[in-house]
Amino acid sequence: MGAILKREMSAYFSSATAYVVMAVFFFFSGMFFNFYVFAQNSTSLTYVFSSMFFIIMFIIPIITMKSFAEEKKQKSDQALLTSPCSLTEIVLGKFLAAFIMFAMCNVIFLVYAVVISFFAQPQWSVILCTLLGTLLLGSSMIAINVFISVLTESQVVAAVLGMGAGLLISMMSYFVNNISVDWISTAIEKISFMNYYENFTYGILSITDVIFFLSVTALFLFFTVRALEKRRWS
Amino acid sequence: MIEVKNLTKRYGDIKALDDISFTVDTGEVLGFLGPNGAGKSTTMNIITGYISSTSGTVTVDGTEILENPRETKRKIGYLPEIPPLYPEMTVRKYLEFMFDLKKVRLPKKEHIDEIMRLVRISDKADRLIKNLSKGYRQRVGFGQALLGNPPVLILDEPTVGLDPKQIIEVRKLIRSLGKKHTVIFSSHVLSEISSTCDRIIVISEGRLVADSKADELSKALADTQKLSLTVEGSPSEIIGEIKKIPGVKKYMKVRELGEKTAVYSVEYGNDFDIRREVFSAMARINAPILEMKSGNESLEDMFLKLTQDAGKAGQ
Repeated sequence: MGAILKREMSAYFSSATAYVVMAVFFFFSGMFFNFYVFAQNSTSLTYVFSSMFFIIMFIIPIITMKSFAEEKKQKSDQALLTSPCSLTEIVLGKFLAAFIMFAMCNVIFLVYAVVISFFAQPQWSVILCTLLGTLLLGSSMIAINVFISVLTESQVVAAVLGMGAGLLISMMSYFVNNISVDWISTAIEKISFMNYYENFTYGILSITDVIFFLSVTALFLFFTVRALEKRRWS
Repeated sequence: MIEVKNLTKRYGDIKALDDISFTVDTGEVLGFLGPNGAGKSTTMNIITGYISSTSGTVTVDGTEILENPRETKRKIGYLPEIPPLYPEMTVRKYLEFMFDLKKVRLPKKEHIDEIMRLVRISDKADRLIKNLSKGYRQRVGFGQALLGNPPVLILDEPTVGLDPKQIIEVRKLIRSLGKKHTVIFSSHVLSEISSTCDRIIVISEGRLVADSKADELSKALADTQKLSLTVEGSPSEIIGEIKKIPGVKKYMKVRELGEKTAVYSVEYGNDFDIRREVFSAMARINAPILEMKSGNESLEDMFLKLTQDAGKAGQ
């Protein structure tokens, strides 16, 4: 696992991926920070975070699109699958690398908090809680996108599918209001990421929300392992 | 060292491998021969644990690949048909990664340096893999397979795409590795296999069609002699005469050389010598023989024969 994690990290930083992702992330978060904090004369980062929800949905497929699709295309997956590493180790290595990459992007929020602290007392508890929420949301989306990447050989297909999935997840709360069949809208509401994420941005740390994102992560990582296993058997 | 038992692999309705069994002794260099798509890579991928068999077992040095994959994979160095390289890494970084991935328990720097010396890529250690030529990439792939000195080496068409000088180098390397390792290597080039291996296994359409020592294979198959004739004259007349000669089993016009001249190939039984009869027969119809060559079957012919026979049996 360590070997794969290390290689993935160096792959992010030896290609343009890491820099492009960080640049886009910093650009939008900076823009939202300007709009919602400076322009509004506020100290609350809540709107910055909730606006970042959509950016995260689009940025994560870019981080993960390579992970398995490229390996399969270049046939370098033969090295991984014939090495004395279990599939779980391989998947976890890839996942953790993408997660660390994503977490590095989020460090910028701490910078914003420090910037605020020059002018007023920032609400540290809310900021840290939201940061935790963002990381949890990120880990679920990364797991989903790693799973998508394992299904295809093409990075582009992986990225587009991932963004499609992200868009669908973002629009879930919109569906809830527009579907008249009761049980369907209730079911969608229960899996709407935004519902769970919003609580964090208000500074509410609830165990349900944490468990929701952790279960999604675990579930899709498990699917990824199974998909790899299935490829071996078919 | 390696024991393959009743290996079968199905892709839906297609049988890629059909009941293949063989064993390889320690220190043996085994050549794996077959036309493209015969199932060589599939067999190798199963032995190394990249894909699973539908049924059958592979045992390497006492451990089974499906039951104990970690231990078994540790004993195998695998060079797939397309070397599993990461183009954006340098040679040294890549080998270090593979060293960690394979969980090798040797001193890291010394071992990697030694491997790079062995496959002669030390001078390219800090170059990016994407900037290396095909031959060098192949060597990096080789180096990767050798990491950790695994007792078994599996090499899938290691010489494809190399220039003749590199091919000779790779063959030399395989022969020298054969002293310390058990090697299976595949190719569809016969001369390569016969010059490098102790033993040859021929597979065709997923079935094992021959398994013997390299020199025994040619003996077993040489139950006929072959004569190649260049004769001037009417083809139908010439064929008609050749047909009549006792002992002739097979005859055919191979190609035309001019308006009247053509090359014919005649096969006849081992206990005959038809050269004199051919001469007088051709003299009778006034068809001058321009060239007469006798030749034993080359490995290429044998290979075609074996794989064609297998094809017919399967139909």
